[in-house]
Amino acid sequence: MKKPLKFRLPKGQCWTIGVPYFWLLLFFALPFAIVLKISFSTPIIAIPPYEPLFQYAEESLNIMLNLGNYLLILDDSLYYNAYLGSLKMATISTLGCLLIGYPMAYAIARAPKSSQTLLVLLVMLPSWTSFLIRVYAWMGILSNNGVINNVLMWTGLISEPLQILNTNTAVYIGIIYTYLPFMILPLYATLSQLDMSLIEAASDLGSRSLNTFWKVTLPLSKGGVIAGSMLVFIPVVGEFVIPELLGGPDSLMIGKVLWQEFFNNRDWPVASALAIVMLGLLIIPITLFHRYQAREMEKTA
Amino acid sequence: MKKLSFSTIMLWAGMFFLYAPMFILVFYSFNESKLVTVWGGFSVKWYGELFRDQQILDAVGTSLQVAFYASTMAVILGTMAAFVMTRFARGWGKLTLSNMITAPLVMPEVITGLSLLLLFVHMADFLGWPAERGMLTVWIAHSTFCAAYVAVVVSSRLREIDRSVEEAAQDLGATPLKTFFQITVPMISPAIVAGWLLSFSLSLDDLVIASFASGPGATTLPMVVFSSVRMGVSPKINALATLIILMVSLIAFISWYFARRADAKQRSSSA
Repeated sequence: MKKPLKFRLPKGQCWTIGVPYFWLLLFFALPFAIVLKISFSTPIIAIPPYEPLFQYAEESLNIMLNLGNYLLILDDSLYYNAYLGSLKMATISTLGCLLIGYPMAYAIARAPKSSQTLLVLLVMLPSWTSFLIRVYAWMGILSNNGVINNVLMWTGLISEPLQILNTNTAVYIGIIYTYLPFMILPLYATLSQLDMSLIEAASDLGSRSLNTFWKVTLPLSKGGVIAGSMLVFIPVVGEFVIPELLGGPDSLMIGKVLWQEFFNNRDWPVASALAIVMLGLLIIPITLFHRYQAREMEKTA
Repeated sequence: MKKLSFSTIMLWAGMFFLYAPMFILVFYSFNESKLVTVWGGFSVKWYGELFRDQQILDAVGTSLQVAFYASTMAVILGTMAAFVMTRFARGWGKLTLSNMITAPLVMPEVITGLSLLLLFVHMADFLGWPAERGMLTVWIAHSTFCAAYVAVVVSSRLREIDRSVEEAAQDLGATPLKTFFQITVPMISPAIVAGWLLSFSLSLDDLVIASFASGPGATTLPMVVFSSVRMGVSPKINALATLIILMVSLIAFISWYFARRADAKQRSSSA
């Protein structure tokens, strides 16, 4: 049912909608418009380091759209490889989180009701503890004279330290470690609402447990799988800190490149264009996530 | 004996994976040796060093202030948005609001940070405000992204509570504002407390957005840690990490306690 737009809201409702709405327009929507605008301007050495897009002179408004930044992104294989690297990193990390997180979420959902909250808290607790500190912990563990190499050398499995830190392997470990809780939470949310009688029915009808899993449990938890995957995939594409600390020179990710363009090269227009293209790549996953969330809200409403 | 299933084994292996690095960090914070990974005997000297480091202490002060104000603002914005999302009739206003408020949950941090910085630069150009970036701009940035988390936590609570109590209050003549503060807020207070604490720890933890939004005057703790970690591993950071882990665990257990108490209350009232 469609309702006509209510123009005359009561005063209180006006404020309740107005305050957060105005705040988000100002500090969330407007900034994106500005990024889009700057991505079309020409970089110069000045403060701020770009040319104005609109110029009003001699009774004519000149709008100069400079497509150069986008052409540069298309042209330079550095950016192309960075995007590709980020997407690959995000895909593999998402799969890794899914493979580790799904059985964990399943085990929590099947645990006695009384201990479920505590188990969820235990999963979430690390993600509340400083993220930077946890990445830093892995630097100590993975380094050449770190815990892993010490143990392996002591047991005699290897004779000289393995180079793990500053490789892509270290970045994968760091990302899966950091984002695992974000995968488990939505999976647990759907798995705990699963109707167990369906699984019992399947096994009563003679389905073996693995078959039941593929044909009943997994399809029913599809929503959680999508939500969890998007919660991991989207932020990992823009990840900066983990590749910076754990990765090496060959672990090229777009978040790192954007950061360098902005802070080291001070090329604001190119950094903006990089952000816009990144957002373009993420449109589909972001829409998927929003759709899942909207459906969840309808369900509980 | 109960048969161990594959998923249970995975659960405990996963828990080990999640916790082992943090225990190693805490363990090595009591290491006498300057080399982080070589055990040189028990000592608390790095804690002493930590408390003599003025730069770190200043950053802790800045971070705590920003986190306090940001989580307070986030609770106000997030609760209002959650109220709109759960109580108001469907419309384009509600739809765009709920889309905008939840967007920061998934947006890559570099994009949020970059866009906010460019906004502040533009505002300084056109309005002359903010004259320079500092605590105020970090506060705005943190309030915005923490509001998203508060909105999710509070709106799920708002959906669960019994609306007939609110309706009864209004039937008895309470104004909507009075109903909200005297009936609704007490009922959702555990979610508000949990949202505030969550925002507080998110703000304390944030590096990327703070790096974009802050100026020379406001260096937050993660920024100091990041620049010192980049230089190499330092035992002082182990001591700092241990203190952070301790504090966050405490906050987490307090918010868990509030949530559990609220659950128990709800269960006993609905029974």
